[in-house]
Amino acid sequence: MNIFERFMQIDRRWIFLAIGIAVVIPFFFPLELPVSVTDPVQNLYDALDRVPANGQPLLLAIDYAPATLPELEPMSLALLRHAFSNDVNVAVLTLHPAGYGLAERVMVQAADEMGKVYGEDYCFLGFRPGLSAVILGMGVNVRNVFPEDAYGTPLNDIPMLDGIRNYDDIPLLITLAGWSAAEAWVLYAHQPYGQDVGAGVTAVMATDLYPFLDTGQLVGLLGGMRGAAEYEELIGHPDAGVRGMDSQSSIHVLIIILIILGNIAYFGDRRKKREMERDAA
Amino acid sequence: MGTIIWTTIGAVLTLSVYSFLYKDNPFYKFAEHLVVGISAGYYLVIYYFNFIQPNVVAPVFLLRFGDEVIGFGSSTWWLALIPGLLGLLLYTRFFPKVGWIGRWSLGIYVGGYAGLSLSPTMQARVLNQISANALPLTSVTNVFLIVGLLGTLTYFFFSMKHKGVLGVMARVGIVFLMVGFGASFGYTVMSRVSLLIGRVGFLLQDWLHLL
Repeated sequence: MNIFERFMQIDRRWIFLAIGIAVVIPFFFPLELPVSVTDPVQNLYDALDRVPANGQPLLLAIDYAPATLPELEPMSLALLRHAFSNDVNVAVLTLHPAGYGLAERVMVQAADEMGKVYGEDYCFLGFRPGLSAVILGMGVNVRNVFPEDAYGTPLNDIPMLDGIRNYDDIPLLITLAGWSAAEAWVLYAHQPYGQDVGAGVTAVMATDLYPFLDTGQLVGLLGGMRGAAEYEELIGHPDAGVRGMDSQSSIHVLIIILIILGNIAYFGDRRKKREMERDAA
Repeated sequence: MGTIIWTTIGAVLTLSVYSFLYKDNPFYKFAEHLVVGISAGYYLVIYYFNFIQPNVVAPVFLLRFGDEVIGFGSSTWWLALIPGLLGLLLYTRFFPKVGWIGRWSLGIYVGGYAGLSLSPTMQARVLNQISANALPLTSVTNVFLIVGLLGTLTYFFFSMKHKGVLGVMARVGIVFLMVGFGASFGYTVMSRVSLLIGRVGFLLQDWLHLL
């Protein structure tokens, strides 16, 4: 067995181990590689910057489940920190059944950090099933869909929601989703009602949503952990996103090396076999 | 103390799932079954209290939902029974002789959803995209985009043989498609790696407090 054949038949568990090491090392020895900010992220940051302080609220839809937490939770924390630091009121909701606890956790963490008061600076509308029906219903009246907040308080008794009726009273809506919810907000909130929509999605979904940026159907887009890291850079609060990018980079380098080695081994092995066949003939 | 216990349970389950990378084993099986069982229970409770309870049970039996009294005794309580009944009809599939009745509910659901989606989907996915691509050829980016668009559309045009100009355009389309697939694959790798990074961060920081 030549060296190429050996490489082609390497036990894949060695590759798993190499990837594990490539992830862990940057946690202890950060590479501190620079994170440059791309236009879609900058546009979302600017859109949130334009939301008036202590006025009509930012609507933040935390539509993700635990499976996409590492990519989307850093985004939601960064967005909430940005909004709260600008004194922007935030109404949080979720359209994912598994998102209730995750939305509440991140909202409370950011609010406690920034000293915000429930009901005056932020509120949690909770979860409602029926994706498209809920989004369309909120275009008529938010209270038709969410008569109470997540803790049973009627929306009419929440000071920050005084005079908030439908999308006309919401300057910006941002959805953080690991499934089709992001597209649903574009289809059912932006298209019929003209609501400004921004999105933060998993990297897998980012390519599906790029077409909505060119058409102006999305005001900005955060794609995966990289998007979270860029936003953290913009608000000057590096956290899990920036920290994770070092591991991302080291794994990408490892994968590139493995792809190159794999190709060298494949073509080398093929050439050897052809030479052997020629010699045998 | 409670946090430590829950974090340790999470860490043990994380390691159990990753142990599958070495080979299939009882720890992985246990974690897998636990996820399925807990998810089923969790979703059942969430959907009951957010869907069935406020939309069917409350209007019919509890007389109140939010500020509004719409329960039995008011003139509209029976409206809640219609979707409730249609939902129950779906379970006729378990009885072959009357299973066809469940198609009524499915028909209403599919028809309603299609009607609801048709206009926004056409507008967002087709018309807006067409108008966004009707660009003047005044910059390299625009030329690049139009060539890519026409090439890709030509590749999926199967009514004529891909020969001559059509063949060249189809080949250009393949190149753009491959670049698109490559970008998607790169993003997919990034996404999956992010999940691993999240779990490793949890183990090192939240569980072992090494960071």
